[in-house]
Amino acid sequence: MSTSTDNRSQVEAQSREVLGPKVVEFIEQCHADPEPAGKLIAVLHEVQAEFGYLAPDHLDAVAQLLRVPAAKVAGVASFYHFFRLTPRGRHMINLCLGTACYVKGADQIAHRLQDELGITFGETTPDGMFTLEGTRCLGTCGLAPVMMVDADVHAQVTPDQVPGILEQYLREDKPDRQ
Amino acid sequence: MPDFEPVLTANVDKEDAHRLTVYEAGGGYGTLRRVVGQMSPGDVVQQVQASQLRGRGGAGFPTGLKWSFLPKDHPGPIYLCVNADESEPGTFCNRVLMEADPHQVLEGIILSAYATRASTAYIYLRYEYPLSLQRLQAAIGEAREAGYLGKNILGTDYSLEVRIHRGAAAYVCGEETGLIESIEGRRAWPRIKPPFPAVEGLFRKPTVVNNVETLACVVHILDRGVAWFKSIGVPPEPDNPRDAGSFGPKMFGLSGHVNRPGCYEAPLGISCGELIDRFGEGVWKDRRAKAVVPGGLSTGLLSERELDTPMDFAGPIRAGCLGLGTGCAVVLDETYPILDFLHNSCRFFAHESCGQCTPCREGTAWALRLCQRIRAGRGRLVDLDLLAEIGDTIGVMPGTTICGLADGAAWPIKTALAKFRDELEESIRQTNPQGYARTEPVEALNTP
Repeated sequence: MSTSTDNRSQVEAQSREVLGPKVVEFIEQCHADPEPAGKLIAVLHEVQAEFGYLAPDHLDAVAQLLRVPAAKVAGVASFYHFFRLTPRGRHMINLCLGTACYVKGADQIAHRLQDELGITFGETTPDGMFTLEGTRCLGTCGLAPVMMVDADVHAQVTPDQVPGILEQYLREDKPDRQ
Repeated sequence: MPDFEPVLTANVDKEDAHRLTVYEAGGGYGTLRRVVGQMSPGDVVQQVQASQLRGRGGAGFPTGLKWSFLPKDHPGPIYLCVNADESEPGTFCNRVLMEADPHQVLEGIILSAYATRASTAYIYLRYEYPLSLQRLQAAIGEAREAGYLGKNILGTDYSLEVRIHRGAAAYVCGEETGLIESIEGRRAWPRIKPPFPAVEGLFRKPTVVNNVETLACVVHILDRGVAWFKSIGVPPEPDNPRDAGSFGPKMFGLSGHVNRPGCYEAPLGISCGELIDRFGEGVWKDRRAKAVVPGGLSTGLLSERELDTPMDFAGPIRAGCLGLGTGCAVVLDETYPILDFLHNSCRFFAHESCGQCTPCREGTAWALRLCQRIRAGRGRLVDLDLLAEIGDTIGVMPGTTICGLADGAAWPIKTALAKFRDELEESIRQTNPQGYARTEPVEALNTP
């Protein structure tokens, strides 16, 4: 009977299970890099692409497998705006609140979106269809005001177009994508 | 500037400009062939230094001088970081370059890495640019196949790896040491300098950080020569020893209330008004401009009277702005309230302050709350003095923060107060007719 208190292999097995084979394989590739800790942001991108958000279990598992302190993983995950720590809706609405969009009426679109969806920025609709976020400048100022739904860019949006755009996604009911 | 020939954007409108064959057909990578193996890295640095090229990312630091700070005879590795985290609100020229002409960017990267003897180049690409990522990845693949990248470039003993690091949305990553921290997989907290990155940067090795457009300029300096580059733009002011001149072509962005927003190339020194009228086809709806942000939100505001300001590195400074910044102008028409602009600006910087230095973290947050209170109809005239005090005390220039984010937050406040105080006072009087003159402390208003 073993008397060792080393549970490393057990912890690693659990972490692998939490993250799934795709992310685990990515992390293993990272260890070939001369600076594996530098891959933390890339790993979190992978995890979020896989699960849609970063749950506390995911963060712990990344810390274990990438061998980075858990506090550091949590710090990075909460620092960058792109990383979500709560589940998101099926469609992600990002409204650009950069200066160029703002002066061309992004605020009115923000109000209309909030009215239509019944949620404020950072929230998800009760039916899980839409998550609304305000983003900083998207670098498409020539098309201002800009609203992104998932990967689609909607340019020169007017408040009255908002219901139609939302309807489009409800109708299509596309499968979840990042 | 009738005989000005655009070089940076020469390929942008060509069909399939992002492909290697199209780039090579236009003479692409010819400069690389002429330079690598035939010019020594030291000669390249000397050429770039002689051209007096200044960084296009915002600060305008002389590029050749930055390169010359690298230690000589360092055993390596030396890193080149490409700042493609174009985050300044209103700025989008780097995106145009990376999406339409990624090989030009790549050739600039390879030449600059050769000059600085860097063995790895990291492109720090902001997350919001998926098409740029796709185009750059494809370009790197094509260039490697063709022998422009990888081991023993063009049969010489020079080797270079290019890696793309995707950001995750944080404005402060555009600060060079914040960018380095982020590539190292940490929160993008800017470092205290010195040591400067040239001495101790990425993974504690000598590092150079340059903007995408700066690196693209390097290609044309080496191709067409220093004399060509210096024939474009504005020489240094004779009575200002700190002005290094503004030579070369520059990409200018135009957005906001103009008829034709977009990205245009012109010589440095073109006036702000000419930029709007010639390229933007004037202010929309036949209105007049009330104010123009000359080069990204942090640079502050030019008033209508200052539209003859030359868009070179010194011009906006003379007009009371932070500087040329990124050269991407946002136009506000005569109907647009300055208070709304100020609120948007304060909201942005309060959100993006990394939280490391108290004056910035607290200053930007309180500036936002003051704007919110004024917009909620509870503003007082003394609030403007409070805003001015915040504007004057946060940043690298007053010496209270590590990086320039707070300076960027301060300049919109300072210029709005200096140039549009009457309008701001008027809107306070109108929205709070009972209480505008009060001076006793009032409760903060905590609404988003």
